[in-house]
Amino acid sequence: MVEGAFGGGRNIAYTLYYSTSFIFTGLAVAVAFHGGLFNIGGEGQAYVGGLGVALVCLTFDSILPWWLTFPLAILGAAAIGAAWAFIPAYLQAKRGSHIVITTIMFNFIAASLMVYLLVGVLKPTGSMAPQTRTFLDGGQLPKLNWLMEAFGFTVRSSPFNISFLLALLCAFLVWLLIWRTKLGYEIRTQGFSPKAARYAGIGEARIIIITMMISGALAGMMALNPVMGDQNRLQLDFVTGAGFVGIAVALMGRSHPAGIVPAAILFGMLYQGGAELAFEMPAISRDMIVIIQGLVILFAGALEHMFRPSVQALFASLSPKSMGVTAARQGDA
Amino acid sequence: MEFFNTLVVILDSTIRLSIPLLLACLAGLYSERSGIFDIGLEGKMLAGAFAAGAAAAVYGSAWYGLGAAILVSGFLALVHGFASITHRGNQIVSGVAINFIAAGSTIILGQAWFSQGGRTPSLGGDSRFGAITLPFAEAVRDVPVVGYVYYELISGQSILAYFAFFMVFATWWVLFRTRFGLRLRAVGENPAAVDTAGISVTWLRYRAVLITGALCGVAGTYLALTQNAGFVKDMTAGRGFIALAALIFAKWRPVPAMFACLLFGFLDALAIRLQGTPLPLVGRVPVQFFQALPYVLTVILLAGFIGKAIPPRAGGVPYVKER
Amino acid sequence: MSGKPIQIGTPNDAIAAGIGMVHQHFMLVQNFTVVENVILGAEGEALLGSSIAKARAELVRLEKEYGLEVNPNAIIEELPVGLQQRVEILKALYRGAEILILDEPTGVLTPAEADHLFRILAQLKDEGKTIVLITHKLREIMAITDNVSVMRQGQMVATRKTAETTVEELAELMVGRRVLLQVEKGAAKPGEFKLSVKNLTVKDSRGVTMVNDVSFDVRAGEIVGIAGVAGNGQSELLETIAGIRRAESGTVMLDGKPIDVTGLADPGELRDRGLAHVPEDRHYVGLVLPFEEYENSILGYHDHKQYLRGPFLDIEAIRADAREKIEKYDIRPANERLKTANFSGGNQQKIVLAREMEKDPGVLVVGQPTRGVDVGAIEFIHKRLIDMRDAGKAVLLVSVELDEIRSLSDRILVMFDGRIVGERDGEASEGELGLLMAGVEQQEAAE
Repeated sequence: MVEGAFGGGRNIAYTLYYSTSFIFTGLAVAVAFHGGLFNIGGEGQAYVGGLGVALVCLTFDSILPWWLTFPLAILGAAAIGAAWAFIPAYLQAKRGSHIVITTIMFNFIAASLMVYLLVGVLKPTGSMAPQTRTFLDGGQLPKLNWLMEAFGFTVRSSPFNISFLLALLCAFLVWLLIWRTKLGYEIRTQGFSPKAARYAGIGEARIIIITMMISGALAGMMALNPVMGDQNRLQLDFVTGAGFVGIAVALMGRSHPAGIVPAAILFGMLYQGGAELAFEMPAISRDMIVIIQGLVILFAGALEHMFRPSVQALFASLSPKSMGVTAARQGDA
Repeated sequence: MEFFNTLVVILDSTIRLSIPLLLACLAGLYSERSGIFDIGLEGKMLAGAFAAGAAAAVYGSAWYGLGAAILVSGFLALVHGFASITHRGNQIVSGVAINFIAAGSTIILGQAWFSQGGRTPSLGGDSRFGAITLPFAEAVRDVPVVGYVYYELISGQSILAYFAFFMVFATWWVLFRTRFGLRLRAVGENPAAVDTAGISVTWLRYRAVLITGALCGVAGTYLALTQNAGFVKDMTAGRGFIALAALIFAKWRPVPAMFACLLFGFLDALAIRLQGTPLPLVGRVPVQFFQALPYVLTVILLAGFIGKAIPPRAGGVPYVKER
Repeated sequence: MSGKPIQIGTPNDAIAAGIGMVHQHFMLVQNFTVVENVILGAEGEALLGSSIAKARAELVRLEKEYGLEVNPNAIIEELPVGLQQRVEILKALYRGAEILILDEPTGVLTPAEADHLFRILAQLKDEGKTIVLITHKLREIMAITDNVSVMRQGQMVATRKTAETTVEELAELMVGRRVLLQVEKGAAKPGEFKLSVKNLTVKDSRGVTMVNDVSFDVRAGEIVGIAGVAGNGQSELLETIAGIRRAESGTVMLDGKPIDVTGLADPGELRDRGLAHVPEDRHYVGLVLPFEEYENSILGYHDHKQYLRGPFLDIEAIRADAREKIEKYDIRPANERLKTANFSGGNQQKIVLAREMEKDPGVLVVGQPTRGVDVGAIEFIHKRLIDMRDAGKAVLLVSVELDEIRSLSDRILVMFDGRIVGERDGEASEGELGLLMAGVEQQEAAE
């Protein structure tokens, strides 16, 4: 499996291709976590984000070069992803309906909407497959194979593309946002203590809505990677669970970009390694990853307290006096 | 009469579609009333359905299927309890995890054991819970209206359907007439009061999530052994979440939960019935619209009418005993 | 127990041994009836029918025996706190408690309710029950106890016969050194009107009127104290003035200009207008405990230009500012990178005070400034409040500690049941204020 993920340039390229999607969705979940919100709707937001990418590409691919289409596609994906997150956010902020429930419902609604559009509206006439036409060169992102080759690997074909760099940029921007801006300060205040936020004059509704829209925009941008970077058309179910993987990635990375990027790469490795394994042992498929993902969420998220006492005990046995500091540091994370 | 017959057919399908919702909804009621949120109903139901399909296929008995479903779903409930009660983890995170574990492992195990693309073998006869004909159903079927309704709607359901409706009233009775129910309601509101009264919060909540697990198992069994002839991958298709929405609708009360589930079942039945049929004024409506309708309505109802539904006060908050 | 050693590992062991506990924060299920709360954990059998009947009979007996009247069918959340506490006592007696432990039982009671409670306790004592009263109110100790033990920092430091000790001795034992109960302060020199409240009415989320037609002024250079038993509307009044809570009707003027209290005033805007607020609850309102200290030192002022560079926080400026405040207010440990939760109560309160006072506000509204704060910090905080007054600021002080109100305030307003029932100067006697706090009208008192 490890060889499947990292053996040779092609496999590394595939691993990083999957990781790109997971960085976006992991960041999306993490931003919402900081605001005290659980966005389970990343899957749906990414799905409709694909619509933004496709509409931009279908419109401009014949008249603009990729480096002009790309920023427009980013805007399109982010805008539609944000819009899809806006409604549950608005309902939570103004009507008090539980965001976990509404974002789940919006995943199902997104699925129906996309099937309707792809089967009925966006399908080219005469085609049978529920997908858009293939984008022209102006709607295709350049691959990053040269980057791999610079490290001495040979890559013949892989979907690894430039949106990986965008994902890394987003990771940095999320760090900047959360820990270095006024808005991030307000989001964290709201996330830790809504009452303190009210006291500090931070509008709860405004923060819920902005946080969720940022989260939705990040989830939506995930669509750039498969739609514009690889398949070059909008297909049914192109998200393939990446929105949910984001939950595991965010939990594993403790909602910090410096943790999310490695966690996303780990999951990319599992996906690619799993895909490789599936060739050799058909009984083990991508569904194995779903289980691993569930176990990661269980152990890194729900059972995080199970391991903490033993870690603390370890620190205590090493240096009793450092306990106070240790506890303080752990609280930061 | 044509309209009446159509109505009875729709209502019959309403009941059939409501049963798994109702069982899952009542399952969720026990857990949430004890202060443990559970968005893992979907996963437990799915695992239950798989266990039922697999055990019924192997042993040729629906009852073995039911037993296996309860065991497997109960085990997942224990995992949820272990994470959220014993280790005070985030209950929503734990629920999400269980949904994934169930979704992945049912397919993997199904493929490994039966090699039918994640399905379990098709079942028939004793390995399913079929229709039960109530006494006199044949005799009275020709009596206009009342007899027909008795024959079509009330008779001819699976034993699990009767069990589901029985459970509505049993749940009401347990909740409001027994010691266990009193403590269950108390622990979801103020676990500290329960603890200081000398009752174990942990044991009480574990019992609640175990009941949740068992009922999810029954719900899964209904899907695999009554509604279908075996397990199909991802066969719960979001029903666990709809059941959760119904529970919120019902404000965590058993009898309103029944009506909420019947409403959602009715929407579903109506959608199936109206598929492809041109409606007056609007013409043909795309099938995806009907598929999305229950979710859209849930969101609208959540936002509009029950925005003020107050969950059990201690819900979602792990109980930390001061030491 | 009774000379025999017992092991208490769980609440059950304690109950079985005949120990009953009345907690400071009641252990009641809010949406249950009285009788449901009483039988919880002591139902006897699996079905509720007969145990409820038995409990009703027992409640009638206890009511006759001790005067513990309460409607068994009432829902707890609809009962006043005094009655809720009675339900707690009934719970303990129903379980056959021989030893009754009460933790700060009078904190939420009016003086009249407290008197009633003490009469009940005296009666229970006469019946042969043992009462353990945990309180920090020395007068209560002197009034009703037979023996007193003093606990300091987790250790029993002394045990006395009540009759053979004095308030002064106990106070000294409690704090470990002589306390200045009286704060040194000169005469007030009130200036112009800073804060004017007119006909303010506030309702809570259930629609219950919490503040009822309240009017008063606070002038520059004076401390106005609002006295009252907890839960008589002071908290809501404070929150409304600070812009956190919406008022039903009425006006509040700050420096002659209105605050939009019936809409929702923006607390940030009020800060800019010179209104600083030290909230009652520092754990969840005044501070964000998981934040590092320096992050809390700008809470509410985080949009001030001096802490920002464009949309970004100026981390260096904020930390330098935080270090300055740490030094000036002697906050310990002097580490602005330490998580706020790791500071003691007194130091946490100083973080809040430093933040609110150092912005040189014209008006300071303060709620429970010394709750859960050690004695050393109390002195410091009191002195700071006096300094604010002497610097010509208007200070509105809400506290349930009557001593604090009396020693700091230039004028005292007493709130009862949402109304201001009396105004006295700072020299008013405790007895006089106590009567007002209990809602006893002046004429009644005179009669």
